[in-house]
Amino acid sequence: MSLLQETLAWFSDPAQWSGPTSIPWRIVEHIGYTFFAIVAAAVVAIPAGIYIGHTGRWRKLAVLSTGSLRALPFLGLLTLLALWLGIGPLISIIALAILCIPQLLAGMYSGIDAVDPHAVDASRAMGMTETQIILRVELPLAMPVILGGLRSAVLQVTATATVAAFIGAGGLGRYIIDGLALRDTPRVLGGALVVVLLALLLDGLFALAQRFGARLAYPAAHTAPAVNVLAPSPSPNSRRTTHDQPPTHNS
Amino acid sequence: MIEFRSVGKQFADGTRALADFSLTIPSHSTTVLVGPSGCGKTTLLRSINRMEDPTEGQILIDDHDIARRDPIQLRRSIGYVMQHAGLLPHRRVIDNVATQLRLNGVPKAEARRRSSEMLETVGLGSSLHRKYPSQLSGGQQQRVGVARALVHDPNILLMDEPFSAVDPIVRAELRDELLRLQQELKKTIVFVTHDIEEAFALGDQVVVLKTGGEIAQVGSPVDLLARPAEAFVEEFIGLQQGGRRLRVQDAYGRRIVVDEHGRPAGVLE
Repeated sequence: MSLLQETLAWFSDPAQWSGPTSIPWRIVEHIGYTFFAIVAAAVVAIPAGIYIGHTGRWRKLAVLSTGSLRALPFLGLLTLLALWLGIGPLISIIALAILCIPQLLAGMYSGIDAVDPHAVDASRAMGMTETQIILRVELPLAMPVILGGLRSAVLQVTATATVAAFIGAGGLGRYIIDGLALRDTPRVLGGALVVVLLALLLDGLFALAQRFGARLAYPAAHTAPAVNVLAPSPSPNSRRTTHDQPPTHNS
Repeated sequence: MIEFRSVGKQFADGTRALADFSLTIPSHSTTVLVGPSGCGKTTLLRSINRMEDPTEGQILIDDHDIARRDPIQLRRSIGYVMQHAGLLPHRRVIDNVATQLRLNGVPKAEARRRSSEMLETVGLGSSLHRKYPSQLSGGQQQRVGVARALVHDPNILLMDEPFSAVDPIVRAELRDELLRLQQELKKTIVFVTHDIEEAFALGDQVVVLKTGGEIAQVGSPVDLLARPAEAFVEEFIGLQQGGRRLRVQDAYGRRIVVDEHGRPAGVLE
């Protein structure tokens, strides 16, 4: 039997479709790890990103630390945490959260940073409070970049969450880690395929969300063109594309 | 009435923008602050709505020290037009104009109705009200900026080089429009520019500033032309270059006004 046939056989085995080691359940686990890791990272990254983007303070430190966090090897981090705090899903989630903080943080502060300073200045001069400026001006206008950061964070965590199985957690990584240990190549291949499909699906969903965010921030680009198309429109935002996103990085 | 009393401003890095600046700006008229870049005119303007706080001295609006007022409430009571219209790109024109009304707690429907009226007043028809700022020309965006600053009927209107980013034809149009509006509305306008032509066209009172916020002369355009206080003023208003030294010549029985190079500037009636 060829590898392809063996893999197909692995997929069609009824054991893969029910019970706590089945593909659907592993997918739920995998999405669960991803979700909680992103939420945990967001708890740190959203307030920090708003503060840095809005005030401009600590910006250099943020650039520096997000850069060095990105250079952190995930397996090393995971092993370190496991040795220190023990094994299990919670440790994996913490490690994954640390991994994706840079993406989220960079999306937050660079998005807010890129908002037209004249719009912010005018809003303040009209008597908006700082909170109103953040909620009504900066966050809506930064949304495409913020969602870009979220999208790359989700993609990275989905891909990397497979490694969580290395310290005894569940998720789709189980198939790959166990398959490697048992030299069961169809299982490795099957698990890898599901991870790839899941990552593509989530990325597609967030691409849609990003488009929605762009519409929120720059609705004019999505409505019928102005009657006076020949008139100059020196919008300071025209130099920005609506699909800006922080550079992605995969470890 | 806006009063500057010995106002000084030193930035955190030690740069001094203003020192011992005193000036009275009368109500219901237009005062233009004009001067070269770095003369502190924008800092002066922005200290009236506390976008900048002076480090010395006092600013009084109708005899009340603004340092004691909450900056948010103060700003909501004043109109502000800036060089780059600074409109919110994610909100429709009409909602941009309604911003300050909404901040002041005016219900949405009424805010939109008043915004719509104000847009008509500044010459923007209803077909534009539901567009987004980027769909408008630069001149139209500035008109929206003016409507936004006037819609809540403030006593004071601050204008920071509002027309300098548009082309000369539109600039002249906007200037005439502002003169017309001001005849109706009689606001206390403080207008900042580096363009002496604009200062003469708009100002009841013109304040010529030197670098460092030092006042060279305060007076009406006629005062400045007839009795320039010093060489700096003469040069700044163009008396030395000869552009304003006009002579009358007879031609075909009419009296033609020419500049010092002999080029015709107009006809004397």
